[in-house]
Amino acid sequence: MTTVATGPGTDARAQWPDPGSVLLDAHHLVQEFVVRDHGGVKGGVVQAVSDVSFEVRAGETLGVVGETGSGKSTLARSVLQAPRPKSGEVYLQGVDLVKLHGRELLETRRHMQMVFQDPFGSLDPKWKVAEIVEEPLVAYGAGDRAARRKRVGELLDLVGLDPARYGARRPRQLSGGQCQRVAIARALALNPALIICDEAVSSLDVLVQAQVLNLFEQLRDEFALSYLFIAHDLALVKQVSDRVAVMYLGKLCEVGPAQSIYLEPFHPYTLALLDSIPSPDPSKARARGHHTISGEPPSPIDPPSGCRFRTRCPRAQERCALEEPEMRTLGHDHAVACHFPLPRRVAGGEATDPTTAAPAAGSA
Amino acid sequence: MSAAEGAAVTDGTTVARAAAPGTGAGTSATPVARGGPAAPLLEIADLHVHFRQRGQDVAAVNGLSYATEAGRTLAIIGESGSGKTVSSRAIVGLLPPSAKVTGSIRFLGEELIGLPEPQMRRHRGPDIAMVFQDPARSLHPTMRIGQQIVEAIRAHLPLDRKAARERAVELLRLVRLPAAERRYEEYPHQLSGGMRQRVMIAIALACKPKLLIADEATTALDVTTQAQVMELLLDLQQQLGMALVMISHDMGLAATYADEVIVMYAGRAVERATTAELFSHVRMPYTKALLEAVPRIDRPAHARLPVVEGRPPDLSALPPGCAFAPRCPGAQDDCRESRPPLEEHEPGHLWACWHPCMGGRQP
Repeated sequence: MTTVATGPGTDARAQWPDPGSVLLDAHHLVQEFVVRDHGGVKGGVVQAVSDVSFEVRAGETLGVVGETGSGKSTLARSVLQAPRPKSGEVYLQGVDLVKLHGRELLETRRHMQMVFQDPFGSLDPKWKVAEIVEEPLVAYGAGDRAARRKRVGELLDLVGLDPARYGARRPRQLSGGQCQRVAIARALALNPALIICDEAVSSLDVLVQAQVLNLFEQLRDEFALSYLFIAHDLALVKQVSDRVAVMYLGKLCEVGPAQSIYLEPFHPYTLALLDSIPSPDPSKARARGHHTISGEPPSPIDPPSGCRFRTRCPRAQERCALEEPEMRTLGHDHAVACHFPLPRRVAGGEATDPTTAAPAAGSA
Repeated sequence: MSAAEGAAVTDGTTVARAAAPGTGAGTSATPVARGGPAAPLLEIADLHVHFRQRGQDVAAVNGLSYATEAGRTLAIIGESGSGKTVSSRAIVGLLPPSAKVTGSIRFLGEELIGLPEPQMRRHRGPDIAMVFQDPARSLHPTMRIGQQIVEAIRAHLPLDRKAARERAVELLRLVRLPAAERRYEEYPHQLSGGMRQRVMIAIALACKPKLLIADEATTALDVTTQAQVMELLLDLQQQLGMALVMISHDMGLAATYADEVIVMYAGRAVERATTAELFSHVRMPYTKALLEAVPRIDRPAHARLPVVEGRPPDLSALPPGCAFAPRCPGAQDDCRESRPPLEEHEPGHLWACWHPCMGGRQP
């Protein structure tokens, strides 16, 4: 697949740094939307993303997991400046995207591409597959017509679609998995350093999903790509990610290495998410109803004071309502925003029941 | 997904909305069935469902047979186009008129196929109820929640307005909708997805059905909400002694909540066993492929998934042999020539495969 690296616009990534250094750095991102009632009266402000900071390191996959309305998609769009966040900074390789405008922003943004959830909705139904994949190359003026054609062929090959067979088809003539491959080819066209996947495999059947996930991993290996992988499925996120960030109602609860998030979650919400996953292995099937949390997320228009999870948290105490928990580092590379984090699990053992365990305030 | 199923689902949704009040059909006098050993609650034999689509005959369901009892939870697992939804809609008679249904569906011994709509209507509600995937589209958008439940109740129960209202609030409490009295006056858009699904369950339970079919009922919900709704469904099942048929693509959901599992592929059951047996001794290579492709929390990061290439077969041109053979890693000549029947090879464990995986390995 080395031939692909000769396509137009390929030298762009030569400048990217060594694996492990910070590629994308978001500081105190805030995104809010005004809700209008009848007659355009301001009805409230949806606090979609509230003071979220995170980083994506070169060559790594950062998974973002959260339920509907947790702000994970808004977070992705804020990173891309589409729309711009209300406040905060987004550094891509040290350049603050928030301060860039016009052509400069476009030039920098080409290094980040997005793959969306709905494979049919994110492709223009009237365009041919080859045109869809070529579009970013045209938009960025990459190469002449012949070079672009060649590049499109390479890209389609790369995602496992025969260009001769599929190039002239339209999205409706493809299956969901094939459409998603086209979307991935389009995302790869400009040789991005970072691909943002927003529920990119969530609508696919499990066998097709596995094929597309493997494609993501293959591309990661070949091009040292970094991913910001957003999904509601913790098992899926855990499987593809080096680090995982857990989001709840516009805030990050916990960020840490995927393995320790899974083995030693500190945040009660992370534990609840883990215990809600139905396992296909009956020997590991949880005791039903054990750790499931009650209720539903409150409205982001009027989030609870202090810790936003406190209204559903089995460990919540008075302090949680009064004081917002700061993100603090508890384990290696593992940070949590909780006043009463879960005690460490005994290696290989079951988690201590958060409802009965004595709160280990700050001692975990 | 095949065009046929797409059409079926689309048509079905409209039918379902129109028929929503009808789900509460029948009389309340019917006691909750205990499903004695004599006549099974639900017995399906050699069910076929065909559609005509663009001049082609699309075989959505091809000879499905199973039975289930009161108090049991049966999971039907399969991908898009496997026939799991179409076969279940056939039970409640919610297929578009273009569907050709043959075979036998017996409910407490009574044949449902070919039953005229008025009689079928009497079964929906007190006998069989269904909960669909999309609660937003299954509820009337401009009608208050309470009114929709009252309509379902009053369509068939001899209750006056006040009594029906009381029953509706009672149902909302039964499905643990917080602030049931207040929710009664609200519209669907004021409720979250989880709450709407609870309302749909309340409507389905309005006449205490003996059989509840949950078609991907928790798929659109968040994982913590899904756990809540599944717990609720199983609690209600115990409380009311219902049989529950859950249709899902999620192997994990089946493993956690079902007593028995049927795996479908290309309109046929390819493996069937109790949950414990199936997930500990997978025999059919398709089931194995499905299980291995499920993202798992205990897999190391960036692990490649074992995948089967290809796509589900074209339902208008099914191969003569095993439908999975073109994608099966262990397929041999006999697989392509003749179709393996679904047979009981081990006690309580049925599979349709000439070369099953024994002990987790291909022979």
